[in-house]
Amino acid sequence: MNYSASEEEAGLPDKIALERDVAARLKGFDNHRRNLIPILQDIQDHFLYLAPEAILMVAEHIGIGASEVYGVATFYNQFRFHPPGRHPIKVCLGTACHVRGGDIILENFERKLGISDGETTTDREFSIERVACVGCCALAPVAVVDENIQGHMAPSKVEGIVLGYKIERDRIDRERENEPGEPA
Amino acid sequence: MNPANRPEMTQRFEAIYNEAVARKKALNESSQPMIYIGMATCGLAAGALETRQSFEQTLLEEDLAAIIRPVGCIGHCYAEPVVIIDHPSSGFPPLFYQQVTPGKAKMLVKSFLAGGDPLFEHVLGAMKANDMVPQVTDFPRFSQEERIVMGKCGLIDPEDIYDYIAEGGYLSLIKALTLSQDEIIKEIKNSGLRGRGGAGFLTGRKWGLAKDAQGLKKFVICNADEGDPGAYMDRTILESNPHQVLEGMAICAYAVGATEAIAYVRSEYPIAVKRVVTAISQAEELGLFGEGAQGFFDIKFSVFKGSGAFVCGEETALIQSLEGNRGMPRHRPPYPVQKGLNGHPTVINNVKTLASVPAIINKGAQWYRDIGARQSPGTAIFSVVGSVVHPGLVEIPMGVTLETLIFDICGGIPNKKGFKAVQIGGPSGGCLPADFLATPIDFDSLSGAGAMMGSGGMVVMDEDTCMVNVARYFVDFTQKESCGKCTFCRIGTRHLLDILDRITKGEGREGDLEQLESLALAIKAGSLCGLGKTAPNPILTSLRYFRDEYEAHIMEKRCPAGMCRKLTAYYIDLDRCARGCDACVGSCPVEAIFTTKNRKKGIDQSLCVKCGECMAACPQQYDAVRKVSPPDKAPVIERPVEE
Repeated sequence: MNYSASEEEAGLPDKIALERDVAARLKGFDNHRRNLIPILQDIQDHFLYLAPEAILMVAEHIGIGASEVYGVATFYNQFRFHPPGRHPIKVCLGTACHVRGGDIILENFERKLGISDGETTTDREFSIERVACVGCCALAPVAVVDENIQGHMAPSKVEGIVLGYKIERDRIDRERENEPGEPA
Repeated sequence: MNPANRPEMTQRFEAIYNEAVARKKALNESSQPMIYIGMATCGLAAGALETRQSFEQTLLEEDLAAIIRPVGCIGHCYAEPVVIIDHPSSGFPPLFYQQVTPGKAKMLVKSFLAGGDPLFEHVLGAMKANDMVPQVTDFPRFSQEERIVMGKCGLIDPEDIYDYIAEGGYLSLIKALTLSQDEIIKEIKNSGLRGRGGAGFLTGRKWGLAKDAQGLKKFVICNADEGDPGAYMDRTILESNPHQVLEGMAICAYAVGATEAIAYVRSEYPIAVKRVVTAISQAEELGLFGEGAQGFFDIKFSVFKGSGAFVCGEETALIQSLEGNRGMPRHRPPYPVQKGLNGHPTVINNVKTLASVPAIINKGAQWYRDIGARQSPGTAIFSVVGSVVHPGLVEIPMGVTLETLIFDICGGIPNKKGFKAVQIGGPSGGCLPADFLATPIDFDSLSGAGAMMGSGGMVVMDEDTCMVNVARYFVDFTQKESCGKCTFCRIGTRHLLDILDRITKGEGREGDLEQLESLALAIKAGSLCGLGKTAPNPILTSLRYFRDEYEAHIMEKRCPAGMCRKLTAYYIDLDRCARGCDACVGSCPVEAIFTTKNRKKGIDQSLCVKCGECMAACPQQYDAVRKVSPPDKAPVIERPVEE
């Protein structure tokens, strides 16, 4: 990882760094077709999404068309083609969560953040994703925020979570402003 | 296939076994108390990590020594985080504590470990027979279970192979390696073990076909691509006791002559993936299996992460995805046991099937046959969730009735609500009403009733659940997950969804039900794989048993259960609403609640999103928020004009 701090800050690695990193990762796999999905998983694990440049490089590595790689990647729910927010929110819509009003929770997140399922807020703070069962049905309805599983969700809890992050962010911003000697 | 020479192998294993037993003995004989914390995904979700930190911190503060052992999941989700404390010098047997929050953990250290008072009010029961504390096995949630597959789950450390070996693990593999391939297959055939993936094909027969198949190379695949939204037993088993599954895979590989074994695990289960990888490397390190002459016999284990496509639970689709393609099923025959992964004979078995194998080899086919029902021997694991008092994973012998499972074992419906239906088998299964509660749980009885064993997901629904809405939910799921190969499945499910969408929005038309039925039957007939063939089941069963609900939606625009949001409305009963109380106002996420002239509250129907928060927020003594269907039954309360 050799992103400069400002790039990491924006969450968008520059193209050259990305290409260098993907190339290094591809060296770990031979060009057999059965490695396609593990390669894509590896890239997404690291970059959190599949950038178009990465897809082109994978296609070249395996020796198939980019459309073929894209076709496989879009088939599976795991792969994303846009960078997620810093705080990804996953709302569980498994059977037990549905019966207990999971869709109301999803709707509340969408309303509160002003984006729909599958989108990222313009400041790249939050993204919302619907998932089918995270496997804690006894805690339904469930949402996963930043890898923390929140059980027994309610609309008021949605407000609390979003507000909590906003307060935290404001605090960090304030601290940064007050720090002496740091250029803005 | 060359199992190392037998006496040498037995000798080598004996050394490993002795080591495992010695380690366990040393642990048991240490005077330190042992704290077992359930740390599978569900336990972590309930806060097991914080509980563990609290234990560690309080132990430090109190300057006490204790051994904290992370274990898997015992399946009692309602009780998470679960902690078992074994404190021999206190004179008490190992005690089972439920819902151990960080605060409770602190109390337990201070009172029990330091003071010797085990805090009986938080104890669920004792894990061993004694004359002081009732045993957990006195409770129906424990006593009616029969644990073959999950026997060690939640009791051993899943990341320590010695823990498994000390409990008799891998003994079955050693025994199997002394038998011939045919002897093992015969034993599995005689046991009557049927595939636990849902279809119930005889495992012994599958293995026999694979053994007889010709190929340069053969594969064994463990199918842990558990996609049913509401079933999580495969994950729990892999997280709590991965070695048992690996042992089953190794026995299968030996029996059919396979040299590669692949665990296909959903990538949504990161902890399960990690534990399986750890387990494989531990077993290889001990030389239990490995390539060439390293292991007891030549076998290569690997893990493949599934990328989240429900259809990949289907075996031919699973193979497609292993080969790096879109996971689209292909026509059978040839079956995977003849031509599977890369054209080689491949056995694909579910996690539970493979986890049953070691016990069968160890205790014999007859022992297994005596458990459960005649045509479906053995046990079934269900994840019972939804409206039940004690949700979680339950392993019961086949043949137990639905009523016993839901009411006796899982404690029935909470909040004094009535039972309405039970949905079995996830998106491929069906909804059964109260009339079917006497149905015994086995492969044939359930399919006879229109449901199916499927994945083992079981969602219990109370009177507040709308069956049309649930059918819509499942069709929405299968519609999104259809791979798109067969026209009927791809387009047909879309139309089913459109019709159900309309019905739940109060835009149903006469003739909709007939169209649903004919379309559902056509999809069943015109689809290649199990996904399409079973996708209409939730609709067909709910139409059969709850037709009146569909009719109420279409004719009266009314949702009897009050679940379809377009067809319900909330209002505040002004006779009950307390003057000056503001409890509901803050709860409303869309500020739809206003104050009337006489300082009571009203709901602005044009803003209301029907989330029900105000109903929950209204203090019990007033209980003023009402829900009605159809929505026009709600009295109109005018918002006062602001001056």
